[in-house]
Amino acid sequence: MIDNIDAVKLLDSKRGNAVFVATMNANNVHFGLPTITSNEKLDFPISGAMSKASNVALGLALAQPDRKIFCLDGDGSLLMNLGSMVTISNTAPKNLIHVLFNNKVYAVTGGQPIPGAEKSDWEGMAKSAGYANVFSFDNLEDLTNGIDEAMAAVGPVFIHLVVKPEIENTPVQFRTPAKRNVHTAIADLPETLGVKR
Amino acid sequence: MTTQEVILHPASVVAELKKNNISHVVWLPDSETNFMFQLLTNEPSLSLVPVCREGETMAVSAGLWVGGKRPIVLIQNTGIFESGDSIRGLGLDINQPLVMLVGYRGWSRHGLTKDSAARFIEHILHAWGISYYLIETDEDADRISLAIEEAERTSKPVAVLVGTEFGS
Repeated sequence: MIDNIDAVKLLDSKRGNAVFVATMNANNVHFGLPTITSNEKLDFPISGAMSKASNVALGLALAQPDRKIFCLDGDGSLLMNLGSMVTISNTAPKNLIHVLFNNKVYAVTGGQPIPGAEKSDWEGMAKSAGYANVFSFDNLEDLTNGIDEAMAAVGPVFIHLVVKPEIENTPVQFRTPAKRNVHTAIADLPETLGVKR
Repeated sequence: MTTQEVILHPASVVAELKKNNISHVVWLPDSETNFMFQLLTNEPSLSLVPVCREGETMAVSAGLWVGGKRPIVLIQNTGIFESGDSIRGLGLDINQPLVMLVGYRGWSRHGLTKDSAARFIEHILHAWGISYYLIETDEDADRISLAIEEAERTSKPVAVLVGTEFGS
């Protein structure tokens, strides 16, 4: 299994000017995106509508076809919105990389197991849904060796990562607020992307 | 089975979208907007983004909007019920100027409204504080422009209820 932070750091080191649309684990202030990426201005944390990061990333990928868009998704989140895999493959943006952090639990709600954690096959589902290229990694060495090929592949790309569960047990209202959240991202990301209203 | 008189034509709706420089229509087809399909597909200035479930539309629209495009959502009223958390979290909470064209299944000015999809929809929009317009005829189509202007001025979602079958 891959450490959550190691995975995000590796992706961040390869991102260039890509946008990270992240949710849940990869968006948690204690071990996630806001604290460890190198370019917060291009981070787009999605909170407030669990499961929809993949759709936001799709919209952004369609709007910004010359820029790579990463969705850093969670298995519990994607289970809520499996249809988005077909929505993405059908629309087929070449610049979208959908990274699934599979920890087999609802990590930010206390670590309850997700349904089908030991039965479902994410790599198989992504292939069947029609992603142009699908990769799967369960250890950091293989991920380090394979990430360049995965990121260079024509999208939509699906990268399945088996990661260690890192459990958050604090109720939402008592957690340390993330410095960057969906509201700060919406306020400044368009300007960073060069969008003129 | 009776059908309502055909009085709203898709060309009127598409003309409103073009007038407002709408770039993308994020949609899930329904019986109320079925006749839009061919015209939308053939309109070069509009990109169609079909989704598998209505709650995806507000999120795709949010990404398009942040990325500089001018999307609009086209779904049925039943899809509004399914989309509650998306409308809340990625519409109202982030101040997205989201315009939702909503097929008003069950709408009638005559007799009892038997379809719960019609009976509940306006109450739901009121509960969320979402302003809405009703269009039934070609003469009403310019309310789409009003909805777009209101959404942009208030930075809030606005609905347009399509209360008739489209004509061909």
